[in-house]
Amino acid sequence: MDLKEKLLSSYLVFEDHVDMDTHIHNLRNDAIKIFEEKGFPTKKEEDWKYTSLNKILKEDYSVFPKQENAIEYNDVKKYFIHDIDSYKIVFIDGKYSSHLSQTTHDGMDICLMSAAFTKPKYRLVIENYFNKAASKDSLSSLNTAFSSEGAYIHIPKNKLVEKPIQIIHFSTGNEAATMLQPRNLVVVDENSHVQIIERHQSLTSNAVLTNSVTEIFANKRAIVDYYKIQNDNSNASLIDNTFIKQKQESVASVHTFSFGGKLTRNNLNFYQEGERIDSTLKGVTIIGDNQHVDHNTLVHHIEPNCESHQDYKGIFDENSTGVFNGKVVVEKEAQKTNAFQANNNILISDKATINTKPQLEIFADDVKCSHGCTIGQLDESALFYMQSRGIPKKEAKALLMYAFSNNVLNSVKIPEMKQRITKIIANKLGVNLGFDL
Amino acid sequence: MLKIDNLHASVEDKSILKGINLEVKPGEVHAIMGPNGSGKSTLASVIAGKEEYEVTKGNITFDGEDIEELAAEERAHKGIFLSFQYPIEIPGVSVTNFIKTAINESRKAKGLEDMPAKDMLKLIREKADLLEIDRKFLSRSLNEGFSGGEKKRNEIFQMAMLDPKLAILDETDSGLDIDALRIVANGVNKLKNKDNAVVVITHYQRLLDYIVPDFVHVLYNGRIVKSGGKELAHELEEKGYDWIKEEVNA
Ligand SMILES: Nc1ncnc2c1ncn2[C@@H]1O[C@H](COP(=O)(O)OP(=O)(O)OP(=O)(O)O)[C@@H](O)[C@H]1O
Ligand SMILES: [Mg+2]
Repeated sequence: MDLKEKLLSSYLVFEDHVDMDTHIHNLRNDAIKIFEEKGFPTKKEEDWKYTSLNKILKEDYSVFPKQENAIEYNDVKKYFIHDIDSYKIVFIDGKYSSHLSQTTHDGMDICLMSAAFTKPKYRLVIENYFNKAASKDSLSSLNTAFSSEGAYIHIPKNKLVEKPIQIIHFSTGNEAATMLQPRNLVVVDENSHVQIIERHQSLTSNAVLTNSVTEIFANKRAIVDYYKIQNDNSNASLIDNTFIKQKQESVASVHTFSFGGKLTRNNLNFYQEGERIDSTLKGVTIIGDNQHVDHNTLVHHIEPNCESHQDYKGIFDENSTGVFNGKVVVEKEAQKTNAFQANNNILISDKATINTKPQLEIFADDVKCSHGCTIGQLDESALFYMQSRGIPKKEAKALLMYAFSNNVLNSVKIPEMKQRITKIIANKLGVNLGFDL
Repeated sequence: MLKIDNLHASVEDKSILKGINLEVKPGEVHAIMGPNGSGKSTLASVIAGKEEYEVTKGNITFDGEDIEELAAEERAHKGIFLSFQYPIEIPGVSVTNFIKTAINESRKAKGLEDMPAKDMLKLIREKADLLEIDRKFLSRSLNEGFSGGEKKRNEIFQMAMLDPKLAILDETDSGLDIDALRIVANGVNKLKNKDNAVVVITHYQRLLDYIVPDFVHVLYNGRIVKSGGKELAHELEEKGYDWIKEEVNA
């Protein structure tokens, strides 16, 4: 049985067992129909031209999470940013781990989707927001049909959440192959500010496929900073579908750090539904082996006087492949839009490839849009310069790569997070530089 | 200290150095002059270990050791420093972080611990003051957007930090205004002692008024065609290179 059939038949079993109100139930039914009709995307679709799911779909995934596996905090501590105080929402094989988590209902809700789906006090938020930002593509729809667990974050107005929130999805590999479909909802009301760090981590080398959907709503003047750490092991694949709806004067940023995993596809979509909105999409990708990272971004400028800043850096070694497909749509009403996009790449090996494609669809006339992409090698004369000052070639290369990523790293607002990323990069490059950039 | 014997070097099969002989002893200052394109920077790069240049004949020894097989960083660790004619811009790495890395990598190579942060800071301040470099300057990206003169001054700042045995200064004077020239030259002179040596590559007598050479060499068409004392520089300033070219071609 192929994965699609397996999912469709599992859906029937699944839907009988969940206890939901009819609103959600209807959403799911619609969603599974979309998936049934469209199936998994193939390379024939323009948006998937350079990313093939064929290989990873061949695994015999178990599609329902089994019993929770116990994990000791000390064994997985290193996957947390553990030197800061934070809220934690942690899942093990798709099930909530209360043991590793630290949630709250004190003046805000930092908790679970399973609770939000079933408890009456969340009904209004779910009705107003759930599945209101996600697109109706096949993978997001598949996630909607199976959505049962994930992080639920609702910050009411005028609240500065002082601690960052870490969302971590562990998979233990107690099945030969596991498919996970976490579903996160983040609603940040007027004037509130929140920082979120998200990570997917498998703890064995068994195959994992995660098809995740995160919906984020930044209401009027809200500030949302979202960081994704993608440094999973070589049999773990991730399809990350993130949708952000912003209202007037809100500021939202997503930083994606992709250093590991077999195949990673980031579908990152921003919708600007108000004036004077600011959106930032940044990423650093450093991969090797046969790894593949695909950034597919969309910024939809709908109203006037808004800005968007995209800055993606990629370093590709060995046989790795990268894709950057950045789409910016500026509607006719969206005058005085300022949209900036940059994608810079370094190919370390001559077997590595990058496909980069900006797509600008501009229907307004008074706008400033710029985009630029570069593909290059490490600068040999810079390497010699550094070596001549006593910095060995390996370290010199690493320094150049850091420097290359520096613009993106510098806009990380949590210092410990920035330090961690710097460390991950240093580990990856096998160097130990005596400072943080 | 440095002994170059019948050195031939080429790049992409184009022969550039065609038999250089040069010996530099501790405590000495040598000046290398010569027309554009004669091979001065190539010689400097070959000594510093640029891989692009292939040594086809002859050899270079430093403190008695043949350095041909050594990587550029290993030569730096032995005490060879090259101030670039065209310093490279490295966006995203500050002057401070760069020099810290350079110093600690050299220490690592010698089996020493990293320099304590306090000592490093003190040393940076001391050398920045010596070259009258504004502290703010040190947090900027290395050479990025620096003026020509600022780049050169920064090269000498790095030299001061690294305290090499042999410093090769490739047209460090070009791009410096009169005050900067004096500051940089004073800096070099302060660092000078009986155990180290300096090779200055220059087109102008002006620099040699400050950094007074023991020997002046003329490089022409890949060879040192004339050597003399500091008065040779004056002669060149006055008469140009034609008479030397004529002598060589005769
Ligand atoms: N990488 C290279 N590829 C090709 N030719 C080169 C390369 N490097 C140097 N050359 C050539 O070698 C010759 C010597 O160059 P070099 O830079 O050493 O001259 P120079 O004496 O330093 O000149 P200047 O006074 O103008 O600085 C020149 O003809 C130059 O074009
Ligand atoms: Mg030169």
